[in-house]
Amino acid sequence: MKILVCISKTPDTTAKIAFTDNNTKFDTAGVQWIINPYDEWYALVRAIELKEAKPDTVLHLATVGGADADPIIRKALALGGDEAYRINLDGADSYQVAFQLAQLIAKGGYDLVLTGKETIDYNGSSLGGMIAGINDLPYISMATQLELTDSKAVVTREIEGGEEVCEVTLPVVISAQKGMAEARIPNMRGIMAARTKPLSVVEPAEQDALTRVTAFELPPAKAGVKLVAPDQVEELVRLLHQEAKVL
Amino acid sequence: MSVYIVIDTADGVVKKSAFETLSYGADLASQLGVNAIGILMGLVSDDPGSLGQYGVSKIVQVNADQPRSDDPSVLAGLIASVAGAESDSVIVFSHSLSGKALAPLVSAKLKAGLVTGVVGLPASTNEFVVKRAVFSGKAFAQVRIETAIKLLSINPNSYKVNSGGAPAAVESVSVAAAAPRISVTKRQKSSNELLLTEAETVVSAGRGLKGPENWGMIEELAKTMGAATACSRPVADAHWRPHNEHVGQTGVAIAPTLYVAIGISGAIQHLAGVNRSKVIVVINKDPEAPFFKAADYGIVGDAFEVVPALTAAVKKLKGA
Repeated sequence: MKILVCISKTPDTTAKIAFTDNNTKFDTAGVQWIINPYDEWYALVRAIELKEAKPDTVLHLATVGGADADPIIRKALALGGDEAYRINLDGADSYQVAFQLAQLIAKGGYDLVLTGKETIDYNGSSLGGMIAGINDLPYISMATQLELTDSKAVVTREIEGGEEVCEVTLPVVISAQKGMAEARIPNMRGIMAARTKPLSVVEPAEQDALTRVTAFELPPAKAGVKLVAPDQVEELVRLLHQEAKVL
Repeated sequence: MSVYIVIDTADGVVKKSAFETLSYGADLASQLGVNAIGILMGLVSDDPGSLGQYGVSKIVQVNADQPRSDDPSVLAGLIASVAGAESDSVIVFSHSLSGKALAPLVSAKLKAGLVTGVVGLPASTNEFVVKRAVFSGKAFAQVRIETAIKLLSINPNSYKVNSGGAPAAVESVSVAAAAPRISVTKRQKSSNELLLTEAETVVSAGRGLKGPENWGMIEELAKTMGAATACSRPVADAHWRPHNEHVGQTGVAIAPTLYVAIGISGAIQHLAGVNRSKVIVVINKDPEAPFFKAADYGIVGDAFEVVPALTAAVKKLKGA
């Protein structure tokens, strides 16, 4: 069994969101970077659990990014995984990133490719589907549970208003979300081991982005809260009904 | 050129998210001066022509004699062959669970630029630039699509629903479908009747409720308001409420018309998932709770007293 987990570097969930260069670039000043939580907590930890259950499983990690992504991929290796690839490209959109990973996956012959359901910065929810589409692999999105046999994956996925259990013959691309696994903290042995695990830098294949961000903007500031006394609940209902017109 | 709208269905019924997407697609088509065509896949019990009320002139019903496939790659193939027949179509999806699976597959198949989480019509169509939510709702980005075929997925609750359009022409087509590779062995409906991402009103509660046994009054308020229920991350992590109710940066992002937050302090990660709500009401006994800064209306008070009083007051209003 050969598994690849796709890892993305994202700003910490508490990072201040601001923009520079005439609102065309995310302001990275003072930003702490983390492994995208969906990639880490669900995709990666579930893959590690699968390897623990079946130790001959080969577990690789991959990211698309510049050298500034190395600390993030090392942090992911501290949780688990045998080796990692960094494709040396600052991807401009999901397609460009998916295309790079798809080349690596086609060469690597993976049985299972896991991604998080989205990144918390661009929230595209696109990467897994694009990889599957480019390599003509089956795709199961929004998975909350995953079990493997030698040739099959049994996956629970969220659908509108419920969930479904699906079966698919490997290889497959799966996007993971809450429910798949519980977050872990790397231990000292993992952190030490991660320093010597192979991290290969791969040069990107030729592929333009299909979309470009032209500008960012922040939502307009709120006017300020209108407070109502706790014994004046009917007044709140009146305001919601007559002023805000939402009741 | 035409604008194609991929219509979400479940169990042969058109989903509410599709009404919004059809309306968006119809308005985009009139902005571009082209036709709006809905794509309906598989057996449906609704009258397809009635979807004209949202402004589309035509519905293409694909393989209406068989159930909609459970494999998104099969559906993506159908969409690509219908909408990809034109070299410069715009294909509009809902940014729903179904749309999130389909849109990237179609993007890869047609090698067409995709912008997900779109919140409005393009500002100009000379250059096709659309606005989308980024950083979990903490900001927006204007994104230009650089390919001839353009794919968009529309964030739920971000576009007005049209009404009063004339019945649409219905064309039934048969398209060769790929063999499915995914088979569904079990399907389970969740106990929540109202879908969180589609709900106009959401009543949400946090650790301030002290325990799962106290959710009765939240459900009562939600029922009275016709609202869906939600919760903060600590509540879902403690298994007081199911994970699919968790709203916030690492849970579900929602944009209801009215969001009522009870006993939730308003950590930045929670705000990220709800700050596209039109009106936010915060009930918290701590006047320093950061959520008040993001709220439109607030009550500093004990949830155990305020919530039942609020339920009674809403009942009184609805009864009037």
